[in-house]
Formats: sequence, C-alpha cells, structure tokens
Amino acid sequence: MRAGFLFKEVRIGLRRNLTMTFAVVVTVAISLSLLGIGLLSNAQVNAMKDYWYDKIEVSVFLCGTLSESPTCANGVVSPDQRAAIKTDLEALSVVDSVFYESQTEAFTRFKERFKNSAIAQNVTADQLPESFRVKLKDPTQFDVVVSAFSGRPGVDIVQDQRTILEKFFKLLDVLRNGALLVGLFSVLTAALLISNTLRIAAFNRRRETGVMKLVGASSWSIQLPFLLEGVFSAILGWVFATGLLSGLKYVIDQKVAPLLTFTKFFAWDQVWISSAILLGVGLFVSILASLITLRRYLKV
Amino acid sequence: MIRFENVTKVYQGQERPALEGVNLEITKGEFVFLVGKSGSGKSTFLRLILREERPTSGIIHVAGKDLGSLATHKVPELRRQVGTVFQDFRLLPNKTISENIAFSLHVLGYSQKEINREVPEMLELVGLEDKGDRLPSEISGGEQQRVAIARAYVTKPAIIIADEPTGNLDPELSVGIMKLLDRINREGTTVLMATHDSGIVDQMRKRVIELDNGHVIRDQVRGVYGYTG
Repeated sequence: MRAGFLFKEVRIGLRRNLTMTFAVVVTVAISLSLLGIGLLSNAQVNAMKDYWYDKIEVSVFLCGTLSESPTCANGVVSPDQRAAIKTDLEALSVVDSVFYESQTEAFTRFKERFKNSAIAQNVTADQLPESFRVKLKDPTQFDVVVSAFSGRPGVDIVQDQRTILEKFFKLLDVLRNGALLVGLFSVLTAALLISNTLRIAAFNRRRETGVMKLVGASSWSIQLPFLLEGVFSAILGWVFATGLLSGLKYVIDQKVAPLLTFTKFFAWDQVWISSAILLGVGLFVSILASLITLRRYLKV
Repeated sequence: MIRFENVTKVYQGQERPALEGVNLEITKGEFVFLVGKSGSGKSTFLRLILREERPTSGIIHVAGKDLGSLATHKVPELRRQVGTVFQDFRLLPNKTISENIAFSLHVLGYSQKEINREVPEMLELVGLEDKGDRLPSEISGGEQQRVAIARAYVTKPAIIIADEPTGNLDPELSVGIMKLLDRINREGTTVLMATHDSGIVDQMRKRVIELDNGHVIRDQVRGVYGYTG
C-alpha cells in the first residue's frame, strides 16, 4: 500500500466517523492533561522541596538559664564549650556554613516576630537560648548533626526545621499521588474509548476490510489505516493537552506567582518534559489499544 | 492448480461431515463447474481453497502451496493467487467503478502509474469503459458483477473462484458474465464456478463436478447440470 492511498483512506475513515473522532480527541486531550497536571504537581513539589530544603537550617541550641535537659546540669554553656562546638560543627563534612546567634540577636528576632503580642513584654534577653544555625550541604544529612551533638555537654537540644516541613511535604506527596492516579485512570479510559472506537470503525468498514482480505492484503496493511487513525487522534489530543499545560504555566507565572512569593514554581522545562512524557504515553497507549483491538476484530 | 487428497471437513458441533473423502484435481487453465444442492458442500469446498477453513483431515494443494503447512501470515500470498467473485458482488458503495477496481491494486501496493494503466484495460475487458466514474448503485446488477470480476482479475490471479456469480442476475445478463469468465479462462486462468444455473452448465459443456452430501458423485469432462435435467 502506497502512502498516498493510505493517507486518503485514513482521512476518509476519520471523516466518516467524525463524531467518534471528536470524542476520542477530546478524551485524549483531557486525560493527557490530567496526567500532565499530575506530572507538573510532581515537578512543583520537587521545586518547593528544593526551595525550602535549601532555606532550612539545623539549630543547635546551647544551654541557657532556663534549659532543663540533663546535658545542661552544669548550668549555662561555657565559652570553651561554645568555641569547641563551633569548631566541631565546622569540621563536619556535611556542614555548609555555621552562623552564631547570640542571646541579644535571638531577643531582637523574638521581639520582631511577636511585636504585636503581649508575650514580648514578659521576655528578657537572658531567657532566650543562644544557638548555632547550621546550614547543611545536603538537608537530608540532618541525622549526622543530631548524633554528633545531642547529648553533648553545653548543648541543650538539636532541632531540625526539616521535621516540620516533612509533614507538609507528606501532605503534598499524597496530593501529587492522587493527581497522578487520576491521570493514569483517565488515560486508561481514553485507551478503552480508542479501542471501542476502532471496533466500531472496523465494523463500519467490514466491506472494505473484507475486500482487502480477499485480494490478499497482508493483515498489517489492513490494520495500518485503523492504527494510524488511533495514533492521529492521540497526537491531536496531545497537542491540545500541551496547549493546556502551557496555559496553566502562563497563568501561574502571571497571576499566581506574584501573590505567593514564599515559594518557587516549576520551570518551563518541566512543561516540555511533561509534554514529551505525555506524547510517549499517548502514542504507547493508542498503539497498544489499537493493536489489541485490531488483532481481535480484523483477523485474516 | 487445485488438488484435494482424501479431504474431510467436519464443522465443530456437527456430526455429519460437510465434505468426506474428497479426491480431485483441477489443472491449470481448466474451467470447472461445481454443482450440487444447497448444503451439498460446495461452499465448504470453496472456503477450503481460500483457507477460510482448514480440513479436518486430508491434504489440499492450491497454486503450488500445501495449505496444511501454510503459515497464517502467508495466507494473503495464497489469496493473491486466487481471485474471488460472489453472488452479491461485494463492491464498495462509496467508491466509483474505477476506484473499486483500483482498490485491489492499491492495497497490494501497485504504483499509481500501474494503476492508471491497468484499470482502463480492465474496464475495457468487462465492457464498461464509459462507466468508470459511476457508483455501483448507478449501474445494473450485471454490470456490477462485471466490475467484481474485473476487480478479482486485475491482479492477474492464477485461479478465479466464482460462487454463484449469476445467482442474482437475469438469464440474458448471465450470458454476458459467462462470456467474460470464458474469455478470462481462455487467457490461461483456471476458473472454478459454483452454480445452480443448469442452463449455463448445459450450454457451456465444461467439466462438471457434482457434490452431494459431502461426496463427489460425478466428475464429467464435458458435463451437463444433471442427468435428469
């Protein structure tokens, strides 16, 4: 079968079954968009993790007047202890930088944070602990700092902001998994619709396929026009899905990002990567659905 | 060209064989009528040749191929050797006469140049050179059957199988169809025609194979439709 004749047959097939073609294109567009939104929410969670994990610190609080932990039994941290802790912290390979916060600085920050609250009036500088704010090269290496410094004389507690963030990210992970799951199910739906559409198309064109079989067309050349119709619909749906995701990115950049300055958003790269994945999924699913259906309904 | 060796076919769920112990050979260039009552096994015989069915036992050779050992993906090759014509024409209603004939060539991958040469030649052979642009619904039944023959013959198969090709046609139109098949036969193509039309069989005086109840009960070189007419 020559390409010219093949494409003419495909065009006739798509046009004759126009309402079904439309339904398949729309379904593929919607399902790939949903899957794309799942992929982009994954990218968004990763972007937020990068952004936040980069900002978070491990705080090593030193013993102060109010400290109650056993390591503070000897009272307030001594200058020698403080210097030794700083040296040891800086010597750790996982540590990027160490910043010392004195009681006065902690007090200033405290007042700043609670400036409209009555609590600020009842707190004095010497009630607040001094601390080392430690930035890690890799935020997941938090355990190294905990095991090295908690329980050490002069250290009250080691606190990681990551544990607080982790709860938040766990929630985001659940939402992302949900979005991916919805996307996958709708892609499955699209596959079933493609399969059923081709079944109807094969039935509608049983005269043609019957004649093709009679004159000795190979089963491959009998199936190819149907296969291409499925693939064409999938590609058209993918184009719409990519347009939709690009629109989403545009709206986020224009309207959402200026309002939510506390986080970063996924980059355009992620839109293109997701789009490429969607093309792969769309082609794979439509070809697979077509082949399985056609093998059954267009037997030689 | 076609050889049956002790072929028996029993359809699943049926006790009586549709064909039983059939031995016969049709050589290249023959014109053979296949006659018999409905249910005598004619259709099964034709379906076995096209490998739409497989025999329960026995060996079938068609166009040099042993159908028993023919792989499924080689079946299209067999069908390119065997042109088929049916009682109900089976033309594509949305395509013109020319397109219907060209369809065979298109699906087998002929070039447009070859198609442009072959199709008018076929139209001329079947006497429809001025009706190539009509749709099947715009021509008579006899003309439609001639188009169907042209479509079967345009790929130059070694064998033409015609299943009741005149079954839907008036006697005077049937004559035209028979002349056409005869002409194709004279050009070297083996023709096997299943029919109920005693007039045609008696007139043509070709080889007649009669089936009854799945058995070959008569094989005459210059036969007529039936002993009793």
